[in-house]
Amino acid sequence: MTDVTNRPPGRTPNRASELVAASLKRRHAKQARLKWLGMGAIGIAFLMLFILVGSLVSTGWQAFTQTHVTLDVYVDPDEIEAEDLPRGDFDDVLVDSLASMLPEVGTEDRATARSVAGILSNGAQFMLRDLVVANPSLIGETITMTVPVSDPYDQLNKGLIERATPEALRRVKDNEIAWFDTLAEQGAVSKPFNWALFTNADSRFPELAGLKGALVGSFWALLVCFLISFPLGIGAAIYLEEFAPKNKLSDFIEVNINNLAAVPSVVFGLLALAVFINWFGLPRSVPFVGGLTLALMTMPTIIIATRAALKAVPPSIREAAMGLGASRQQVVFQHVLPPAMPGILTGTIIGLAQALGETAPLLLIGMNAFITSAASGPFDSATALPTQIFIWADSPERGFVSRTSAAILVLLGFLVAMNAVAIFLRQKFQRKW
Amino acid sequence: MNDIRKIERDVNMANTKISARSVDVFYGETHAIRNVSVDIADRTVTAFIGPSGCGKSTFLRCLNRMNDTIETCRVTGDIELDGRDINARSVDAVQLRAQVGMVFQKPNPFPKSIYDNVAYGPKIHGMARNKAELDEIVEKALRRGAIWDEVKDRLHAPGTGLSGGQQQRLCIARAVATEPEVLLMDEPCSALDPIATAQVEELIDELRQDYAVVIVTHSMQQAARVSQKTAFFHLGDLVEYDDTDRIFTNPRDQRTESYITGRIG
Ligand SMILES: Nc1ncnc2c1ncn2[C@@H]1O[C@H](COP(=O)(O)OP(=O)(O)OP(=O)(O)O)[C@@H](O)[C@H]1O
Ligand SMILES: [Mg+2]
Repeated sequence: MTDVTNRPPGRTPNRASELVAASLKRRHAKQARLKWLGMGAIGIAFLMLFILVGSLVSTGWQAFTQTHVTLDVYVDPDEIEAEDLPRGDFDDVLVDSLASMLPEVGTEDRATARSVAGILSNGAQFMLRDLVVANPSLIGETITMTVPVSDPYDQLNKGLIERATPEALRRVKDNEIAWFDTLAEQGAVSKPFNWALFTNADSRFPELAGLKGALVGSFWALLVCFLISFPLGIGAAIYLEEFAPKNKLSDFIEVNINNLAAVPSVVFGLLALAVFINWFGLPRSVPFVGGLTLALMTMPTIIIATRAALKAVPPSIREAAMGLGASRQQVVFQHVLPPAMPGILTGTIIGLAQALGETAPLLLIGMNAFITSAASGPFDSATALPTQIFIWADSPERGFVSRTSAAILVLLGFLVAMNAVAIFLRQKFQRKW
Repeated sequence: MNDIRKIERDVNMANTKISARSVDVFYGETHAIRNVSVDIADRTVTAFIGPSGCGKSTFLRCLNRMNDTIETCRVTGDIELDGRDINARSVDAVQLRAQVGMVFQKPNPFPKSIYDNVAYGPKIHGMARNKAELDEIVEKALRRGAIWDEVKDRLHAPGTGLSGGQQQRLCIARAVATEPEVLLMDEPCSALDPIATAQVEELIDELRQDYAVVIVTHSMQQAARVSQKTAFFHLGDLVEYDDTDRIFTNPRDQRTESYITGRIG
């Protein structure tokens, strides 16, 4: 508007600038609307993310701590003999020491003894056994040890079992609550960080179950997936983009690669089952086969990302190098790949992140088996993070509910970390020129 | 003065560096160059002039087979360098392009340091035995490209960070660093100020002592200043090819005269 009114006197009115002035308000309004729409979209996306993470954290945070009880255990030589350690009655020793902390409880009655034993995790006796096996001189001594309590008492301590609910509907009876409170009054109950979640493999008992097996399995599977899909994907993309003649055949291949990227993952699982396991005779449930399967899915993603990154390198750079007498191979490796690398790496890491979260194909090749030790190599049976989540989500014990959420949080943590690495690499490479 | 130059020119004309016969170029269906025959003399500057889109760049790119890199482009006819057919199977385009250097119409430095830009050609052709030799080659090339003084303190800054005119001179330095026998320059001065232009023209004159130089230019004055032979292209045809003096003083073809006097193009 000011342009129009401040026009120097004596000049003919400029039609174009008047038209512009007239349309300006409309254009600004349009732009403002677009801006608000964009901000609204981002807001909704963030809200969704917040709800997702919020609900996971609200159930999952409990799994990051585990209730423990500290006991003074008298390693009774009558029950545990140095000559016959594996058959020692470690359970009884623990129950005795626990009972000694609960004044009105005797262990003569078998039923009472069993309910007292139920306070402790099933794994406690094995911890004691491992201690004594490692150091037989402990027999006859009194040792102080902190062991996890069983799931119902953990739930009780975390307030997940309501004391107000009628006894009949509660997994922990009134007298058991009283025992636990007595222990708590003596300061024997603690709730430290649940390291077992990361250092233990899977278990039937929630208080002992951990993600180590899944983490190791996912690691091997991803490593195999990366080692196969990265070189093959980049090689295929370079050939298609830089060397292959552009004709019907290369068009056909391009279309099919794009189709491959859209194939549902369960189909890759069926293919892997038929080819790798039934035909090649590779073992079930092993990360190596998992990695091969994931590589099938990741490769199209890497090929597409790499081709896009190669295409984005300006042709003038290729011409410059070729004009100096660089060979095709020199042009590609010295001039086209370096600037394309950030794009390639981003695509690769996004592909790997997808592979990390992929569940269906791993279920089909049996990576959802119940395995209580971590794999020592890619040919050992293992689970993976997403299949472990699947297994836990399917388990009836209350303790697995929070552990499922915790495992999802761990998986999300890895995804975030991988994306952070992608961003870091991208910036590092970009700074080079 | 004029007579002396004439004699010099006659001597130079004795040997032909590049000889093109009945060259046709097609981009798909487009017929970009029609039946062009031209002899480019050694130790001579040959200027290609003509209106925009007449095929100067296209023809220039035939001379080092850069058109090979364009999928749709098809070149027919014979082009010989020192009597050898450059399109023959036995000739490797890599070898040819090391002999026939090129400065492109648009400056295209590598996204690397200034030093690496210039050192790249000598490196891949194994022209330097050690770092000191390479340094020497780079400095000499940058001096010839008339850009040494501007970049000598930041040889390791990215070449893409230079101004457009500086980038073009960097590209010239990069092209001369490999010591080609023929240098093809596609409008090397279109982005340069008068001082840099004068420096580049000086370089062209210097290169003429040893090499054949082909320069595409839209400046009649430049063609007249630096070249000894001039070829005038129009709509894909080579209309006239003669001594520069003759083209500018006494053109035979009506179209040439119109173009030079500014009536077409
Ligand atoms: N890559 C290409 N694909 C298709 N057609 C092309 C291509 N390059 C050039 N042409 C066509 O060939 C003709 C000659 O182009 P060329 O670039 O050789 O012109 P020029 O004389 O160099 O023009 P200018 O002076 O503007 O640089 C033009 O009609 C152009 O449209
Ligand atoms: Mg041109």
